[in-house]
Amino acid sequence: MADLLQIIVSGTAVGAIYALCALGFTLLWQASGTINFAQGEFVMVPAFVMLFFLHTAGLPLWLAFLLTCLVAMVLLGYTFKRALVDPLIRHGVIPLVIATLGLSIGVKQLVKAGVTAQAQPFDSPFPDGLLALGGLKVSYADLGTLLLAGLIVVGLQLFLNRTVTGRAMQAVAQNTDAAKVLGINVQRMVLYTFLINAILAVVAALLVTPTYLAKFDMGESIGLKAFYAAIIGGFNQTRGALLGGVLVGVLENLVGAYISPAYKEGVALMLFLVVIIFRPEGLLGRSEERKV
Amino acid sequence: MVKFKWVAAGLMGLSLAGTALAQQGPVIIVGLMELSGTGATAGTNFDNGVKLAVKEINAAGGILGRKIEYTTMDTQSAPQTAKALAQKAVDQSAYVVMGPVFSGSFIVSMAETKRAEIPNFTGGEAANITQQGNPYVFRTSFTQSTAMPKLARYIKDTVKAKSVAMIWVNNDFGKGGRDSMAKALEAQGIKVAADISTDPGQVDFSAAVLKAKQSNADALFVYTNEEESARALRELKKQGYDKPIIGETTLTGQKVIELAGDAANGAVAHVGLTVDAPQPAIKAFDEKFQKEYKYKSDHNGMKGYSGMYVVKAITEKIGKFDGKAFAKAMHGATIRVKDVPGVLLDVHFDDNGDLDRESFLVKVVGGKQVVTATLPPVQPIP
Repeated sequence: MADLLQIIVSGTAVGAIYALCALGFTLLWQASGTINFAQGEFVMVPAFVMLFFLHTAGLPLWLAFLLTCLVAMVLLGYTFKRALVDPLIRHGVIPLVIATLGLSIGVKQLVKAGVTAQAQPFDSPFPDGLLALGGLKVSYADLGTLLLAGLIVVGLQLFLNRTVTGRAMQAVAQNTDAAKVLGINVQRMVLYTFLINAILAVVAALLVTPTYLAKFDMGESIGLKAFYAAIIGGFNQTRGALLGGVLVGVLENLVGAYISPAYKEGVALMLFLVVIIFRPEGLLGRSEERKV
Repeated sequence: MVKFKWVAAGLMGLSLAGTALAQQGPVIIVGLMELSGTGATAGTNFDNGVKLAVKEINAAGGILGRKIEYTTMDTQSAPQTAKALAQKAVDQSAYVVMGPVFSGSFIVSMAETKRAEIPNFTGGEAANITQQGNPYVFRTSFTQSTAMPKLARYIKDTVKAKSVAMIWVNNDFGKGGRDSMAKALEAQGIKVAADISTDPGQVDFSAAVLKAKQSNADALFVYTNEEESARALRELKKQGYDKPIIGETTLTGQKVIELAGDAANGAVAHVGLTVDAPQPAIKAFDEKFQKEYKYKSDHNGMKGYSGMYVVKAITEKIGKFDGKAFAKAMHGATIRVKDVPGVLLDVHFDDNGDLDRESFLVKVVGGKQVVTATLPPVQPIP
């Protein structure tokens, strides 16, 4: 029983990281109809930026994290929106999907050629060791991950539901035309969504890089799993992204521990296929009607 | 008619001069290296080792008076790319090809160099590389079938483990190691409590470690490539794994220690080459490598470096640049450090291209490899 609980806690911690990325997917989709297939690279880039601030600039982790958030907001939020999304979105989703796929490859190659092709170590923000709760032993890293990811998610929900700006962002997500009529600055709200996505990517980088190691291709796995998680939970629901992420993380761990680690990497894909076939709108998603 | 004779003689003279110039020009050696992808750590280190040796050899006048022109091509850790680049190396009339380092790539690419009768050195350890009757293949490290029995003996005699869990990477290198180790453990009467395969380039080892913990084995054998080893060690530490962690060269390499940090402490490995070995030639290499690249070499850097000096020694022995003669001379060759310090340890090559030499047991203590024992060659060096 203690083993099972440990597997679930550890899986939830990994799933929380997937959920942060998946949340970015759903936010961008709801606000601007953008599917960002470079989401994994949006996690990889902050990892290297943080390493620069940590090792080259010699800054402490908290300051490196905050500065990386700023860099990410400018680079992965504002610049991404203005340089890629704004010019392409008027041509529909497909050109943008292809562009983000291209961006994903381009960013990877840029880091590989311009920074390093080798993995780089990244220290965990949490202390080593295990916390024993009866028979259950949970690592501080897993607990810290759960706590930080939980705080970010709760904070984001509070921001979206309890502030004027957050409600305006939701209004834009639900009906852009109606939001315009109400006098909401739609472009600004969309920009806020891109900035939030950038910050979520930095947090994911902080949590995942100690395990994955900083490498140009570290985003491939997390980007893909976050995409699956967003679809599984419901692409048009932020709650869906959270459920999808945690579900993928926990199931991966269960399959790895009780069946075989060899099948672990296929769990997200299998779940994705099952959901797409039987509940295409996702577990918590709602059906959308479109005029043709 | 007289005019024609003069022209013909002139052309012949030019042709002969051209041939002579080609024979006196630089000798081409090509490196097929994993400079990106999952093997980037291994390939880059191997390549740096080769480059350092080439620099030294050229500074000392080259081989038989000819300078080495060494070019590296990136296989991207992909077997098909490695194969295409091996063909390119053949087209460039390479005298010797170094690499790929990864067994999976090498097994695919070596057909090209064999067809062109070009000697081909590898850092790969998969046992089947030298079991295919390719006379142009030579190792720069132990084969798994040599290394694993040494390790299994250590697990039985020193660790006194009755059961072992195995985490291995599911590629040619990992599968070969897993098979050799399972056989060696069985020979020692040790039970395999969990047989856990992982993917090349795997980033998350939580499930593999959980499975190993659940097996309650007395010790854990980890056989993955460098980056994966570091990730596995980090996960083992995260989950508080407290049994002995044992592996081969790739578990305690310098890059692994750098990537795994404190998590590498306590890991024990059998290594063919380590810069922490007490031999003077190795110490000298360590200093030169650090001076050149500002970091400490792992075993792959040593493989590349010593492999290049083997090329020099054998070429000078045969007195010409002839791939066929080179391959023939390699089989059964013994090269001693007192004659060629660059080979780092006295080494002997058998008829398959496998090598034998001393090896080491190391333990990571305080972020450094500490040699705990020097193991003799399987057969005394003749």
